[in-house]
Amino acid sequence: MKVLQVIDTAYRCTIEEQDDPVVWITAVMKGAGGELGVLLRGNAVNYAVKGQDASGLAFGGRKQTQPPKIDQDVQRLAQKGVQVFLVQEDASERGIDAAELVDGVETIPRTGVARLFDDYDQVWHW
Amino acid sequence: MADQKTLTFSIMDGPYENARTVTALRLIDIAARRGYNINVFAYEGAVSLSFAKQAAHANPVHGHDIDEEDHPLPKEWVSSLIKTAEANGGKVDWINCGLCVDERGVTESVDGTRRGTPADLWNAAASSDGTLVIGTK
Repeated sequence: MKVLQVIDTAYRCTIEEQDDPVVWITAVMKGAGGELGVLLRGNAVNYAVKGQDASGLAFGGRKQTQPPKIDQDVQRLAQKGVQVFLVQEDASERGIDAAELVDGVETIPRTGVARLFDDYDQVWHW
Repeated sequence: MADQKTLTFSIMDGPYENARTVTALRLIDIAARRGYNINVFAYEGAVSLSFAKQAAHANPVHGHDIDEEDHPLPKEWVSSLIKTAEANGGKVDWINCGLCVDERGVTESVDGTRRGTPADLWNAAASSDGTLVIGTK
Protein backbone atom coordinates (compact mmCIF):
# COMPACT_ATOMS: atom_id res chain seq x y z
CA MET A 1 0.00 0.00 0.00
CA LYS A 2 1.20 3.49 -0.89
CA VAL A 3 -0.28 6.47 0.92
CA LEU A 4 0.05 10.14 0.04
CA GLN A 5 -0.24 12.48 3.00
CA VAL A 6 -1.64 15.84 1.92
CA ILE A 7 -0.82 18.65 4.32
CA ASP A 8 -2.29 22.09 3.84
CA THR A 9 -3.05 23.22 7.38
CA ALA A 10 0.22 24.69 8.52
CA TYR A 11 1.71 25.24 11.95
CA ARG A 12 -1.12 23.39 13.65
CA CYS A 13 -0.04 22.88 17.29
CA THR A 14 3.58 22.91 16.21
CA ILE A 15 4.65 24.89 19.25
CA GLU A 16 3.06 22.54 21.75
CA GLU A 17 4.15 19.42 19.90
CA GLN A 18 7.52 20.83 18.85
CA ASP A 19 6.84 19.35 15.42
CA ASP A 20 3.98 18.97 12.96
CA PRO A 21 1.71 16.02 13.83
CA VAL A 22 1.33 14.86 10.24
CA VAL A 23 5.02 15.13 9.45
CA TRP A 24 5.66 13.27 12.70
CA ILE A 25 3.16 10.46 12.12
CA THR A 26 4.51 10.06 8.59
CA ALA A 27 8.01 9.55 9.96
CA VAL A 28 6.79 6.99 12.48
CA MET A 29 4.78 5.04 9.91
CA LYS A 30 7.73 5.11 7.53
CA GLY A 31 9.83 3.64 10.31
CA ALA A 32 7.19 0.93 10.74
CA GLY A 33 7.58 -0.07 7.11
CA GLY A 34 4.99 2.14 5.45
CA GLU A 35 5.40 3.46 1.93
CA LEU A 36 4.45 7.09 2.03
CA GLY A 37 4.67 10.36 0.18
CA VAL A 38 3.86 13.88 1.33
CA LEU A 39 2.29 16.70 -0.64
CA LEU A 40 2.68 20.16 0.83
CA ARG A 41 0.06 22.57 -0.46
CA GLY A 42 -1.57 25.80 0.63
CA ASN A 43 0.08 27.42 3.62
CA ALA A 44 1.97 24.21 4.36
CA VAL A 45 4.36 24.90 1.48
CA ASN A 46 6.15 27.07 4.01
CA TYR A 47 7.22 23.90 5.82
CA ALA A 48 9.85 23.38 3.14
CA VAL A 49 11.45 26.81 3.53
CA LYS A 50 14.88 26.34 5.03
CA GLY A 51 16.26 28.28 7.93
CA GLN A 52 13.10 28.60 9.99
CA ASP A 53 13.68 29.64 13.56
CA ALA A 54 10.93 29.34 16.15
CA SER A 55 13.24 29.66 19.12
CA GLY A 56 12.94 32.11 21.96
CA LEU A 57 9.45 31.40 23.20
CA ALA A 58 8.82 31.67 26.92
CA PHE A 59 5.63 31.92 28.92
CA GLY A 60 6.45 33.26 32.34
CA GLY A 61 9.68 31.67 33.38
CA ARG A 62 9.19 28.48 31.35
CA LYS A 63 11.27 28.62 28.19
CA GLN A 64 10.90 26.34 25.22
CA THR A 65 14.28 24.74 24.70
CA GLN A 66 13.38 22.42 21.82
CA PRO A 67 11.35 24.54 19.39
CA PRO A 68 9.93 22.99 16.23
CA LYS A 69 12.30 22.70 13.29
CA ILE A 70 9.77 21.85 10.62
CA ASP A 71 12.09 22.45 7.69
CA GLN A 72 14.60 20.00 9.10
CA ASP A 73 11.85 17.48 9.84
CA VAL A 74 10.69 17.72 6.23
CA GLN A 75 14.21 17.27 4.97
CA ARG A 76 14.67 14.25 7.23
CA LEU A 77 11.53 12.71 5.78
CA ALA A 78 13.00 13.00 2.31
CA GLN A 79 16.27 11.53 3.52
CA LYS A 80 14.34 8.56 4.96
CA GLY A 81 12.86 7.82 1.55
CA VAL A 82 9.55 9.65 1.80
CA GLN A 83 8.91 11.51 -1.44
CA VAL A 84 8.02 15.09 -0.58
CA PHE A 85 6.17 17.17 -3.14
CA LEU A 86 5.20 20.82 -3.07
CA VAL A 87 2.67 22.70 -5.21
CA GLN A 88 4.68 25.23 -7.16
CA GLU A 89 1.93 27.83 -7.54
CA ASP A 90 1.18 27.75 -3.81
CA ALA A 91 4.83 28.58 -3.14
CA SER A 92 4.97 31.31 -5.80
CA GLU A 93 1.81 32.97 -4.51
CA ARG A 94 3.49 33.23 -1.12
CA GLY A 95 6.73 34.65 -2.53
CA ILE A 96 8.70 31.49 -1.91
CA ASP A 97 11.48 30.87 -4.39
CA ALA A 98 12.79 27.42 -5.27
CA ALA A 99 16.21 28.40 -3.92
CA GLU A 100 14.70 28.79 -0.45
CA LEU A 101 13.54 25.19 -0.22
CA VAL A 102 15.25 22.40 1.67
CA ASP A 103 16.88 19.67 -0.35
CA GLY A 104 14.84 16.70 -1.41
CA VAL A 105 11.55 18.47 -2.11
CA GLU A 106 10.11 18.10 -5.59
CA THR A 107 7.92 20.90 -6.89
CA ILE A 108 4.96 19.99 -9.06
CA PRO A 109 2.45 22.21 -10.87
CA ARG A 110 -1.08 22.40 -9.54
CA THR A 111 -2.23 20.63 -12.68
CA GLY A 112 -0.03 17.68 -11.70
CA VAL A 113 -1.77 17.00 -8.39
CA ALA A 114 -4.42 14.68 -9.79
CA ARG A 115 -1.80 12.65 -11.62
CA LEU A 116 0.20 12.42 -8.40
CA PHE A 117 -2.87 11.12 -6.54
CA ASP A 118 -3.12 8.38 -9.13
CA ASP A 119 0.32 7.10 -8.12
CA TYR A 120 -0.94 6.22 -4.64
CA ASP A 121 -3.41 3.65 -3.31
CA GLN A 122 -4.79 6.02 -0.70
CA VAL A 123 -4.71 9.78 -0.23
CA TRP A 124 -5.04 11.05 3.31
CA HIS A 125 -5.93 14.73 3.48
CA TRP A 126 -5.06 16.06 6.90
CA MET B 1 -21.37 -11.49 6.52
CA ALA B 2 -20.07 -12.06 3.03
CA ASP B 3 -19.76 -8.41 2.04
CA GLN B 4 -18.64 -7.12 5.41
CA LYS B 5 -16.59 -4.01 4.88
CA THR B 6 -13.74 -2.74 6.97
CA LEU B 7 -13.29 1.00 7.23
CA THR B 8 -10.61 3.02 8.96
CA PHE B 9 -11.14 6.51 10.28
CA SER B 10 -8.43 8.78 11.61
CA ILE B 11 -9.83 11.69 13.56
CA MET B 12 -8.01 14.53 15.18
CA ASP B 13 -10.34 17.01 16.85
CA GLY B 14 -11.15 17.07 20.51
CA PRO B 15 -14.72 17.05 21.78
CA TYR B 16 -16.77 20.22 22.15
CA GLU B 17 -14.79 22.11 19.52
CA ASN B 18 -16.35 21.86 16.07
CA ALA B 19 -18.69 20.04 13.74
CA ARG B 20 -16.02 17.76 12.30
CA THR B 21 -16.20 15.54 15.37
CA VAL B 22 -19.93 15.06 15.03
CA THR B 23 -19.54 14.42 11.31
CA ALA B 24 -16.98 11.73 12.05
CA LEU B 25 -19.25 10.12 14.64
CA ARG B 26 -22.19 10.22 12.20
CA LEU B 27 -20.12 8.35 9.60
CA ILE B 28 -18.91 5.81 12.15
CA ASP B 29 -22.50 5.37 13.31
CA ILE B 30 -23.68 4.56 9.78
CA ALA B 31 -20.89 2.03 9.40
CA ALA B 32 -21.70 0.51 12.81
CA ARG B 33 -25.38 0.16 11.90
CA ARG B 34 -24.35 -1.64 8.72
CA GLY B 35 -22.28 -4.11 10.72
CA TYR B 36 -18.98 -3.01 9.26
CA ASN B 37 -15.68 -3.58 10.96
CA ILE B 38 -14.44 -0.16 11.95
CA ASN B 39 -11.02 1.01 12.99
CA VAL B 40 -10.75 4.41 14.59
CA PHE B 41 -7.37 5.98 15.19
CA ALA B 42 -7.88 8.88 17.55
CA TYR B 43 -4.99 11.27 17.09
CA GLU B 44 -4.09 14.41 19.01
CA GLY B 45 -7.15 15.99 20.69
CA ALA B 46 -9.45 13.19 19.57
CA VAL B 47 -8.04 10.96 22.30
CA SER B 48 -10.22 12.95 24.70
CA LEU B 49 -13.38 11.65 23.05
CA SER B 50 -13.20 8.43 25.04
CA PHE B 51 -11.83 9.94 28.27
CA ALA B 52 -13.62 8.17 31.10
CA LYS B 53 -13.77 11.13 33.48
CA GLN B 54 -16.02 13.28 31.31
CA ALA B 55 -18.90 14.47 33.47
CA ALA B 56 -22.32 15.81 32.69
CA HIS B 57 -23.49 19.10 34.11
CA ALA B 58 -26.63 21.11 34.70
CA ASN B 59 -27.42 23.97 32.34
CA PRO B 60 -28.79 27.06 34.08
CA VAL B 61 -29.30 28.88 30.78
CA HIS B 62 -31.70 26.13 29.73
CA GLY B 63 -33.20 26.02 33.21
CA HIS B 64 -32.29 22.34 33.41
CA ASP B 65 -30.81 20.39 36.27
CA ILE B 66 -28.30 17.69 35.44
CA ASP B 67 -30.96 15.05 34.77
CA GLU B 68 -33.16 17.31 32.67
CA GLU B 69 -30.23 18.45 30.56
CA ASP B 70 -29.33 14.79 29.90
CA HIS B 71 -26.13 15.91 28.26
CA PRO B 72 -24.72 13.18 26.00
CA LEU B 73 -21.02 12.81 26.61
CA PRO B 74 -18.64 11.86 23.81
CA LYS B 75 -17.38 8.90 25.86
CA GLU B 76 -20.95 7.57 25.92
CA TRP B 77 -21.20 7.94 22.17
CA VAL B 78 -17.93 6.05 21.75
CA SER B 79 -19.20 3.23 23.98
CA SER B 80 -22.51 3.20 22.17
CA LEU B 81 -20.86 2.99 18.76
CA ILE B 82 -18.83 0.00 19.94
CA LYS B 83 -22.00 -1.73 21.15
CA THR B 84 -23.94 -0.83 18.01
CA ALA B 85 -21.28 -2.35 15.77
CA GLU B 86 -21.25 -5.52 17.85
CA ALA B 87 -25.03 -5.77 17.82
CA ASN B 88 -24.96 -5.64 14.04
CA GLY B 89 -22.20 -8.19 13.59
CA GLY B 90 -19.30 -5.80 13.28
CA LYS B 91 -16.77 -4.38 15.65
CA VAL B 92 -15.00 -1.17 16.49
CA ASP B 93 -11.30 -1.14 17.25
CA TRP B 94 -10.94 2.28 18.85
CA ILE B 95 -7.24 3.11 19.14
CA ASN B 96 -6.04 6.14 21.06
CA CYS B 97 -2.61 7.46 20.11
CA GLY B 98 -0.67 6.65 23.26
CA LEU B 99 1.67 9.63 23.24
CA CYS B 100 -1.28 11.96 22.62
CA VAL B 101 -3.01 10.40 25.63
CA ASP B 102 0.02 10.99 27.82
CA GLU B 103 0.44 14.59 26.70
CA ARG B 104 -3.10 15.36 27.73
CA GLY B 105 -3.24 13.20 30.85
CA VAL B 106 -6.38 11.45 29.57
CA THR B 107 -5.08 8.03 30.48
CA GLU B 108 -8.43 6.63 31.65
CA SER B 109 -10.52 5.63 28.68
CA VAL B 110 -13.85 3.84 28.40
CA ASP B 111 -13.99 0.06 27.99
CA GLY B 112 -13.47 -1.21 24.47
CA THR B 113 -10.82 1.35 23.58
CA ARG B 114 -7.08 0.87 23.68
CA ARG B 115 -3.75 2.63 23.36
CA GLY B 116 -1.83 2.35 20.14
CA THR B 117 0.79 3.83 17.86
CA PRO B 118 0.89 5.18 14.29
CA ALA B 119 1.87 1.67 13.22
CA ASP B 120 -1.63 0.59 14.27
CA LEU B 121 -3.09 3.22 11.95
CA TRP B 122 -0.92 2.01 9.11
CA ASN B 123 -1.85 -1.64 9.67
CA ALA B 124 -5.54 -0.80 10.04
CA ALA B 125 -5.54 1.18 6.81
CA ALA B 126 -3.67 -1.55 4.97
CA SER B 127 -6.35 -4.09 5.91
CA SER B 128 -9.32 -1.83 5.17
CA ASP B 129 -11.54 -1.25 2.18
CA GLY B 130 -11.16 2.47 2.68
CA THR B 131 -9.62 5.08 4.92
CA LEU B 132 -10.94 8.51 5.80
CA VAL B 133 -8.81 11.09 7.57
CA ILE B 134 -10.66 13.95 9.23
CA GLY B 135 -7.90 16.24 10.38
CA THR B 136 -8.27 19.34 12.48
CA LYS B 137 -7.90 22.70 10.76
